[in-house]
Amino acid sequence: MSADERLVLRGPAGYGEAIEAEALVSSDGFSARYDLDHTTGVISREAHELYGQSLVGKVLVVSTAKGGTATGWRLFDLVERGTAPAALVFRATNPVMVQGAVMAGIAIMHRLVPDPVEAIASGDWLRLRPADGEIDVERRA
Amino acid sequence: MKLDSEEREMLAGAAGPAARWGIEYQRSVGEFFGAERMVAVRSAHIHCDGEALGEPGAAFLEDWARRGARLAIPMTMDPRSTDPGRAREIGQDDAIVAEEARIVGALTAMGAIPSNTCINYQTLDVPHLGERLAWGDTGTVIWANSVAGARSNFEGGPAALAAALTGRVAEYGFHLDEHRRGTVLVEVEDQPRCLTDWGALGALVGRAYPDYWEVPVLTGLERNPAPDELKHLGAALASYGSQAMFHMIGVTPEARSVEDAFGGEPPERRMSVPPGALAGLYESFLPERGAPDLVVFGTPQLSLLEFRRIAEGLAGRSVRTTVFLTTSAQVRAGADDYGYTELARAAGAVVLTGVCFYLMTARELARTRGFRTLLTDSAKLANTVQGYGYNPVLRPTDECVEIAVRGRFAA
Repeated sequence: MSADERLVLRGPAGYGEAIEAEALVSSDGFSARYDLDHTTGVISREAHELYGQSLVGKVLVVSTAKGGTATGWRLFDLVERGTAPAALVFRATNPVMVQGAVMAGIAIMHRLVPDPVEAIASGDWLRLRPADGEIDVERRA
Repeated sequence: MKLDSEEREMLAGAAGPAARWGIEYQRSVGEFFGAERMVAVRSAHIHCDGEALGEPGAAFLEDWARRGARLAIPMTMDPRSTDPGRAREIGQDDAIVAEEARIVGALTAMGAIPSNTCINYQTLDVPHLGERLAWGDTGTVIWANSVAGARSNFEGGPAALAAALTGRVAEYGFHLDEHRRGTVLVEVEDQPRCLTDWGALGALVGRAYPDYWEVPVLTGLERNPAPDELKHLGAALASYGSQAMFHMIGVTPEARSVEDAFGGEPPERRMSVPPGALAGLYESFLPERGAPDLVVFGTPQLSLLEFRRIAEGLAGRSVRTTVFLTTSAQVRAGADDYGYTELARAAGAVVLTGVCFYLMTARELARTRGFRTLLTDSAKLANTVQGYGYNPVLRPTDECVEIAVRGRFAA
């Protein structure tokens, strides 16, 4: 692909304001309680593909939402600490991640075509328009 | 989403600012999932330990309490991070006790019940077929959906609070028949023999299909499991697989037959649990050293029957390592009355009320008390403590009791 190639992902309307930021992509799932050091925003579970990487200010693009109901609170805590991602994109998310994102005011989208985990690379620049269910991808990786 | 007249009034603030926040919040979440309307719920259950909330979560609850927010329906609370009177003995900081008191104080001021339990479905709020609920704590939800045939999504803390303030939830996910049908047929050829085996079975199936929207249908089981066995199966499915519902043919109310469980459609996918699979799951949790640093019973919290079995196993003996039994106030009262608590205590075990180990600032306890190798009979706990840097070992309940008395793994 050429460096300036653009791609648009489409799906159902998500939650949140339009936002743009760099992508951090993994085919692993994500739990805000068990995968993350909430004091730094760095992935802390050794077995995670993104171990050691910071999601602060990034659009986290992952396969599934993992973990229990603590996520409902945890994203709000991240925003207050300044260790939150800019937005969340899932292949398919569970309700608790959405409940947490709405509580925290973090944009969240899912069920997009083509598959975001395959179509987006870490380092790509993303423009999310949750109300329209669209993400523009600008290749930078 | 369509709102009825009462909901529109709430949105306009007629029921106060807290209900207005609640209904706005629920509308945002509901619209994300394409919900068409709100439905009334009978009760809420909130996950609200201090570690999950953090300072902003605690301040959020205090703010609503100060502004006079009142719940519209009963709401019970999940376990806490500490048993306040025992914090020093456990090795926890006084700051944790103070933080927990803030949270409990704010929620009770709004009208919540400080139940501090994750087995509300076995004790003080037993659900039944077709009821709609707004419960958090994944183990309570999977029980309500699967064993009781009630209807709830996983409701995170703010979502459970919103539901308790409005008396409603948006109708999506497990409130709808289409999401309650089976998605994968699980043919069990390795029969669970004890409580922990049922948790191990849940771990295997959860790991194979780690997705909230998956609904496994279990078949091939030779015995109708006891309630505590269903509790451990469900808790493990939810913990390893984020699953919120399962069917068991001839056991759970929406699965009189395979056809019933799959809504008349043939199963799209199948998995088998072959002979030896359960043993393999146990072997995936190997001890790093010859002796456990601690033995923990009670994730989910112990029922009276579970408590009695452990207490009688310990009767007249002494443990040679740290042993925690965690349960609810309701079970504890019974265990005190019937003498089970004294049996466990006399053997040197520590009985804690209103807590669950992995919510008990487990990371800090690992540091301050040198905990690393943790023995448990709970497949769920073996999963969750890994996130806090523990080396979990899973063994059946009776074997955990023997190891606790011996002080080392090898006989």
